[in-house]
Amino acid sequence: MTGKSFAATRRDNRVLRQGANTVAVVLALLTVFPLYWMVLSALKPKGEITSAHPRPWTFAPTLENFRNALGVSGFGRYFLNSLAVAVVVVVVSAAIAFLAAVALSRFRFRFRTTILVMFLVAQMVPVEALTIPLFFLVRDIGTVAPGFGLSSLGSLMLVNLAFSLPFAVWMLRGFVAAVPESLEEAARIDGASRFTVLWRILFPLVAPGLAATSVFSFITAWNDFVFAKTLILDTDHQTLPAALMVFFKPDENDWGGIMAASTLMTVPVLVFFVLVQRHMVSGLGGAVKD
Amino acid sequence: MPATTVTAPADRGDSPARPAGGAPAPGRRRSGPLARIPVPLWLLLPAALVLLPLFGYPLYQLGLLSVLKFGQPQASGGVPTEFVGLSNYTDVLGDAQFWSVLGQTLAFAAFCVLATLVVGATCAVLLTRVGRWPRLLLMFGALGAWAAPAMTGSTVWMFLLDTNSGLVNEVLGTQGHNWMYDKWSAFAMVAVVVVWHSFPFVMITLYAGIQAIPDSVLEAARLDGAGTVTVFRKIMLPMLRPLLVIVVIQSIIWDFKVFTQIYVMTGGGGIAGQNLVLNVYAYQKAFVAENYSLGAAIGVLMTLILLAVTAVYVRSLRRSGEEL
Repeated sequence: MTGKSFAATRRDNRVLRQGANTVAVVLALLTVFPLYWMVLSALKPKGEITSAHPRPWTFAPTLENFRNALGVSGFGRYFLNSLAVAVVVVVVSAAIAFLAAVALSRFRFRFRTTILVMFLVAQMVPVEALTIPLFFLVRDIGTVAPGFGLSSLGSLMLVNLAFSLPFAVWMLRGFVAAVPESLEEAARIDGASRFTVLWRILFPLVAPGLAATSVFSFITAWNDFVFAKTLILDTDHQTLPAALMVFFKPDENDWGGIMAASTLMTVPVLVFFVLVQRHMVSGLGGAVKD
Repeated sequence: MPATTVTAPADRGDSPARPAGGAPAPGRRRSGPLARIPVPLWLLLPAALVLLPLFGYPLYQLGLLSVLKFGQPQASGGVPTEFVGLSNYTDVLGDAQFWSVLGQTLAFAAFCVLATLVVGATCAVLLTRVGRWPRLLLMFGALGAWAAPAMTGSTVWMFLLDTNSGLVNEVLGTQGHNWMYDKWSAFAMVAVVVVWHSFPFVMITLYAGIQAIPDSVLEAARLDGAGTVTVFRKIMLPMLRPLLVIVVIQSIIWDFKVFTQIYVMTGGGGIAGQNLVLNVYAYQKAFVAENYSLGAAIGVLMTLILLAVTAVYVRSLRRSGEEL
C-alpha cells in the first residue's frame, strides 16, 4: 500500500479480479453441468441416450420421455402429493422454528443449553432407523385420526415436520443471533411491546434466514424417500422419490425416463430456490448493515 | 417525546400485546431469573408439541427395540416380544463386518467434510472478489447443485459415470470402465456427488455471513492500518465463527449419515457390501434381514458415535472461549 503507486495497485487489483472471475465462471459451469446433462438427456431421443458416444447436444429434442413419465407412470399425481406435503411442512416448520430460535438465542433461562443440545442431538439420530418405531406409532394414530394414519399425506406431513424442525431451529438460531440486539433494545426503549419487537423488528430481519431455512425444510420433505416408502402403502398417496424407483431396472436402466422423472423432481426445488435466492444471500447483508 | 421516555419508561415498555402472558409486574426492570422464564418456554411450546410425540417417543422406542428380540414374527404380532438385554449390542460389536463398516464410514465422512468445507469456503471468499456476473453465475450453479434432490443428483451422476453410455468414459476415452466396481473408486465417486450436493450450503451460508459484516467495521480496521490478512483473521473470522460452527457440525452430521447417494449409486452397499456405511448397514440389517432390533442397536450406536464426535468438537470450541 505504501510503496506502490496508486495506478500500480489498481492494475494489480484488476489482474487479480480478472483471474478470480475466470475461476468463478469455470467453477460455475462445472457445478451446473450435471443438471444440464440431466435436462438434455431427458430431451434426447432413445437412440442417442443409449449411444456409446454421447454428445453434449441434440438436434432432435423430443418430449417422449416426459410423456412416458407423466402418462404411463402417473407422475402428475405423485407430483401433487409431494408438493402438498412439502408446502405444509415449509410453512408450519418456519413458524414454529422462528419462535423456538428466538427463545434459544435471545433469552437466557434454565435448561437453555440442555434444549439446544437436544436439538443438536436430534439431528444425529439416523432417521432410517427411526422408521420402525414410527411405523407402529403412525399405525396407532390412524385408529384415532385416519387423516394422519398409514397411507395418508397427513402422516408424511407430521413426520417430515418433526424431522425438519431440529435443523431449522439450529440454523435459524445463527441468523437470529446475527441481528444486533441493539435494534430490539432501541425498539423496546421506543415503547414497542415484546410481540411488536418479535414480528415488526426481528421477523423481517431474520426473513433471509427463514428463507434459507425454508429451502432446507422443503428439501427434507420433498426428498424424503424412506418415510414415504414405509408409511404409504397405497399408490394413490405415493410421493415422487419412491415413484422414481419404478424406472430402475436390474439390468437395462431406462435412462431417458429416469432423467425425465429426475428433471420433473428437480424443477420445483429450483423454482423455490430462485424465488427465495435473493433473500437467502443479499437479504441478510442488506438488512443488518448500517 | 424524549421527555416521556426518560421519565416514564415503565408505562411504555409494557404493552398488553405481550405474548408470554407473564405476570404484569410493575415496571420493565423485571430482569430477575424467574420473571424471564415464561417467555422463552412459551416460544418453545409449539416445537415441543411436535417433537415430543413424533421424535422423542419414537427415539425411546428405538432404544427399547434395541434391547428386545424383535424380528418379523414379533412385528406381525404373532410372537410376544422378549427382553434380551444387551445381546443385540454384543452381536453387533462382535461382528468383524461392523468394525470394517465403521472404519470406512469414518474415513468417508471425514473426507467428505474436509472437501466440502475447503471447496465451500474457497468459493465463498471467491464470491466476494469477483464481478457481478461471475458471482451470479457461480451462485446460480451452486443453487442448482444444492437444489437437486439427493435422489436425482445420484441418478444423474450414475448416468454420467455409466459404463457404456456415460459421458465421463467418452471424454476420458475409457469406454467400458466401471467406476463403481473398485471399492475405493466407488467411494470416491459417491464422495464427489456428496461434495457437489453439500458445498453450496457452506458457500452460501459463509458468503451471507461475510456480507453481513458491516462495511464500517472493515473500513475502520483498514483505516487503523490492518492488512487483508489481519482483517480476515482478526475481524472476519471471529465474526463468522457462529456460522462456521453451524457449518462444520452440520457437515459432520450429514456426511456421517449419507444414505441415499450410497444406497442408490452402489445399489445398496456395493459389491458384496464393500461400500456399506453404518446407515445403510443398519437399514439392510433391519429391513432386508428383517432383524429390526439389530438395526435399532446399530442406529443407537451411530447416534452415540455422532454424539461423541460433536461433543469433542463443541468442547474444544468452548475451551477457545466460544459459547453455544
